[in-house]
Amino acid sequence: MDILRIATAGSVDDGKSTLIGRLLFETQSITKDKIEALKAASQRKGLDFVDLSLLTDGLIAEREQGITIDVAHIYFNTPTRKYIIADTPGHFEYTRNMVTGASNASVSIILIDARNGVGEQTRRHFYISSLLEIKNVVVAVNKMDLVHYAESRYDEIKNDFFELSDKLRKPNQNITFIPISSLYGENIVVKSDKMPWYSGESLLGILEGVAPEDIDSAVLPFRFPVQHVIRPKSEEYHDFRGYSGKIASGQINKGDMVAALPSQQTSKVKEILKYTDSLDSAHQTESVVITLEDNIDISRGNMLVKFGEQPELKKQINARICWMDTEPMKVGKGYLVQHGINRVKAKVASIDSRLEISTFEESENVDELKLNQIGEVSFKLAAHIFADNFEANPGNGAFIIIDEFNNNTVGVGFVK
Amino acid sequence: MNINKQFPRALEDEAIFILREVAAQFEKPAILFSGGKDSITLVRLAQKAFFPGKIPFPLVHVDTGHNFPETTDFRDKLAAELGVELIIRNVEDSIKAGKVKEETGKYASRNALQTVTLLDTIEEFKFDACIGGARRDEEKARAKERIFSVRNDFGEWDAKKQRPELFDMLNGKIDLGENVRVFPISNWTELDVWNYIKAENLEIPSIYFAHEREVFDRDGMIWSDSEFINKSEDEIPYKTIVRFRTVGDMTCTAAVSSTADNIDTIIEEILEAEISERGARIDDKRSEAAMEKRKQQGYF
Repeated sequence: MDILRIATAGSVDDGKSTLIGRLLFETQSITKDKIEALKAASQRKGLDFVDLSLLTDGLIAEREQGITIDVAHIYFNTPTRKYIIADTPGHFEYTRNMVTGASNASVSIILIDARNGVGEQTRRHFYISSLLEIKNVVVAVNKMDLVHYAESRYDEIKNDFFELSDKLRKPNQNITFIPISSLYGENIVVKSDKMPWYSGESLLGILEGVAPEDIDSAVLPFRFPVQHVIRPKSEEYHDFRGYSGKIASGQINKGDMVAALPSQQTSKVKEILKYTDSLDSAHQTESVVITLEDNIDISRGNMLVKFGEQPELKKQINARICWMDTEPMKVGKGYLVQHGINRVKAKVASIDSRLEISTFEESENVDELKLNQIGEVSFKLAAHIFADNFEANPGNGAFIIIDEFNNNTVGVGFVK
Repeated sequence: MNINKQFPRALEDEAIFILREVAAQFEKPAILFSGGKDSITLVRLAQKAFFPGKIPFPLVHVDTGHNFPETTDFRDKLAAELGVELIIRNVEDSIKAGKVKEETGKYASRNALQTVTLLDTIEEFKFDACIGGARRDEEKARAKERIFSVRNDFGEWDAKKQRPELFDMLNGKIDLGENVRVFPISNWTELDVWNYIKAENLEIPSIYFAHEREVFDRDGMIWSDSEFINKSEDEIPYKTIVRFRTVGDMTCTAAVSSTADNIDTIIEEILEAEISERGARIDDKRSEAAMEKRKQQGYF
């Protein structure tokens, strides 16, 4: 069974949580006791309808303010597949949570309030979807009921959106437009009769049509970050030495020649193990244990790659950064960079530019990046990392930045 | 075959990755193990993650003293079979030491008292990571929690200060005294767990299957009769066929009327269920924010 991971984004009050509540409600994914609880909670708030957003706004502070603060993960199944939705906050100050929620998504749903049209948050959300290399973007124009289901308003928003997206759109990105009303369930699961001028499918119809993760792992280079060395030293497995990890990209076959990084020592794959099974091959996202013909020096944080497919060993990296901490990133400051599972000390050598979301222009001569700002940064590293360019190989091109003093994750980087 | 009866293998790969990160990033991790289906799933995943090595974590159970004997027997048996250390700490001892006060009245339960015993156990063994079988689909406050959930010195969860978790990169860096709760099956649903139990042919305690039991009715739910529950005079026990869909302690878990006596019929039943899994958890019904409030105080 395959899993489709979706992220939803929109400004405050665009109706994301209501949309998700509606999706769950109409796919019969909400049980009776939860509906009863929703009804009671809606009544307590003095509402004369069932507020579906209360289903996902799980924190006291969120229900108080009627906004989403943190990412919620929601699950439902259709006869086709399992869906995981990351419901991300729309409020500007929680943009970092949006990046977090969207980082694992292969579909991004961007909500626009039909009354307000394309705004700064729309630009930001589309930018982030593109930055994260999300292939499928669905732009849902919500609250169509409040603009009398007018096609002219929908077309206007569509044109405005394409004007901004043309500057950033990736060649392989699919952008689909849809008019909806989550409050009344128009075009969510079944097609609405309120908007006969819309010829496309319902939102769920669009999602069901997204092809399963079609990463052709055969064309990407094999990258295997070693998580943990398994050495049982038991009688039965006295000399066993296995390298455990989750394949970050590409695929591997039994008998392939591999090189260990950073030592560059080479050997041949003896076995690919998944518990007691010995496999002929394994691919991207599988957790396996690899054993080699020769005993070479490999420890946690090292990487196995196919011989002849080595990434450049980098001690100096340029990356696009999204900053996530209230304390700004400053030139000259030291941090930890964690690429996959490999942690190294790093220093900000320079901040080369900062993105202005309102124009998509890059401003130069900056000395810091503030919370939620995006920019291009050069780092000096204390040791090598084995990263690829994020656009070319997203599975091995991202890293997080950790503050050494308070241990927080303060930013995310995409290697150029 | 109905696709909803298949287990998505990507979830197993993800959980195994998380367990290996725990082994690598922490000094002294433990698996919180109750003998329930979610913790049985966790133990299986840990077995797979480190094979042919042994599970590198002890199993820890905070026993309220009000658990179903079927589950605690199962707990002891599984730990012995795997040859993994089993650490048990009792809520009874926290009560005797005067650290917590037994609740009184009709709804008296030791469920909330567990938190204090758990925090003491963490301190006693200096555990820096506790792996649990909680899932985000169980409850809406849990839906907000990270896979590595950092707790302060007092075990408290601050929902507004959670670390961003990007892609599959996990940051387990903490200061001395802090600890991390780890949830490897965060992205699984109840159905995923049952499909996994089936696919892996895992043994589970007998109370998950339909059986005859002495019960009584309260608030529209079926309660298992036991000496630990304060019944009123009009709550008269009777015998009927039930099973448990979720297993907590006897004072906070309701049974469901069911004849499902094997894994296939259980899966059928869940596919058609009109009531959620935690609908049978009396502890969640205390208020809309019951779970979030307990979590803030260090509950699992």
